[in-house]
This record gives sequence, structure tokens and C-alpha cells, in this order.
Amino acid sequence: MELLPLAQQVLFYLLAIVIVVCSILAVTTRRILRAATYLLFVLLSTAGIYFMLDYTFLGSVQIAVYAGGILVLFVFSILLTSHPGESCEKSSLTKRILGIVAALTGAAVCAYALFTYQWPAVDLIETGEHPIKALGHALIGMDKFQYLLPFEAVSVLLLACIIGAILIARKR
Amino acid sequence: MEIPMIYYIVLSLVMFFAGVYGFITRKNMLMMLISIELMLNAVDINFAVFNRFLFPGQMEGMVFAIFAIAIAAAETAIAIAIIINIFRHIRNIDADNLDDMKY
Repeated sequence: MELLPLAQQVLFYLLAIVIVVCSILAVTTRRILRAATYLLFVLLSTAGIYFMLDYTFLGSVQIAVYAGGILVLFVFSILLTSHPGESCEKSSLTKRILGIVAALTGAAVCAYALFTYQWPAVDLIETGEHPIKALGHALIGMDKFQYLLPFEAVSVLLLACIIGAILIARKR
Repeated sequence: MEIPMIYYIVLSLVMFFAGVYGFITRKNMLMMLISIELMLNAVDINFAVFNRFLFPGQMEGMVFAIFAIAIAAAETAIAIAIIINIFRHIRNIDADNLDDMKY
């Protein structure tokens, strides 16, 4: 996306604030339907990040599959398994302390690794957006850096997933 | 590309560990699944960012992010089918109550 530098920064900070606030709210709120709504905001802002990085196809896949498909599944199953307006009970104090300790320790370790690592210097050539034709050839080609086998494996996986979901969730 | 790469990575770091926190503290299985989605989403951002900033001429990160999204969709569909089936049996989807198959 060709944007002015200032506009790009404003857009990034806006998306970053939405992602950080909503992902923390999604795991701390006690209403489960609200958690799903916050997750929707996180997923849409992630699509915005992809658009900023010039991955428009990835952003549209994110919106179509995550925000369109998975979120609807979540909302349906939430409405099937809990009464609307009912909030889940508070988790115990030890569990919350354990969660905070685990999350903060992991985050500290990862942040230390990130900030001390010497990133290889890459000259940022502005490639712009990848042509969708190249992506299609990469997905169904058999040469080096082409991915026919994982593509077919995913298609078999999706078929197995359809059959499995019907078998598991049907009424006996 | 005025924004340095580390900003994006810190963003996905926060998202990932929010998911870890939610996965540990929540009892409801749907909430645990939402936390897993947060973690997967953070990893997808990392794929795209590393691809864009470290290997700008290639598209491996994008391809693997697409595969990760497809597998996440399949995993969520199966998990929700299992959760609905469990709800039908024990009228409850808290992870603490799932000890029927233990004994």
C-alpha cells in the first residue's frame, strides 16, 4: 500500500492499540460472547496489518476464513452451549497467578532473545505486492519452492475434517 | 516500510502471550479455543513479517501462513464438533468436569 510515512505510522499504532487491548480483553473478560467479539476485532486488525505489509491476498483470506468462517462457528457454538448473558465463574487465584507468571516469563525470555539477536541486514527492496499468478504457480507447482504436496495434503485434511465433524457432532 | 520489523514482532509477542495466559486460566473449553486462535494468529503475523522484512523477494512465509490458516480452520471445526458432543453428554463444557473417560 502506498501511504505517506506519517499515515503509515498512524495506521500502525491504531492497529497495534486495537490488537493489544482487544487480545488482552478477550482473555480476561468473563462474558464468553464478548470474548468472541474481541477476538473478531483482533482478527480484523490482523488483516489490516497484512494489508499494510502488501499481502492483500493473505489479508483477504484472513477476513474470509477467520473473521467470516471461524467466528461464525464460535458464535454458534457459544449460543448452543451457554445461556446468553451468563458469565463464567471466576478462575481461582492460584490459577491466575500461574497464568500471569507463565505468560510474563515466556514474554521476557522471548523479548530478551528478540532484542539481543543480531538481525541480518537486508537491503529492503520495495517489491510491492506479489502477483497472484506467482502465488498460484507456487501452490500447485512441483519444482523447488513450490508446494503441490502440502496443498494436496491440506485438501485431504479438509475432506477428513468435514467427514469427522459430521460424524462427531451428529445426533445418534 | 517506515516501521521497523521489531515493532510488528513485539505486537505478535503480546498477542501470543495473551493467548498463553487465557489458555492457562480459563476453564471453559470454548474460551481455551479462543486463546489457541490468538496464538495461531500471532504466529501467522510472524510468518508474514519475516517474509516481508528478511526475504522480500520470496513468498514462502505467505504460503505457509495460508497453510496455517487452513489448518487452523480445520482444527477449530473439529474441536467445536467435539465440544458440542461433550455438551450433549454432560451438559457442561468446563475442562475440569471431563474425567469420565479416566476411570
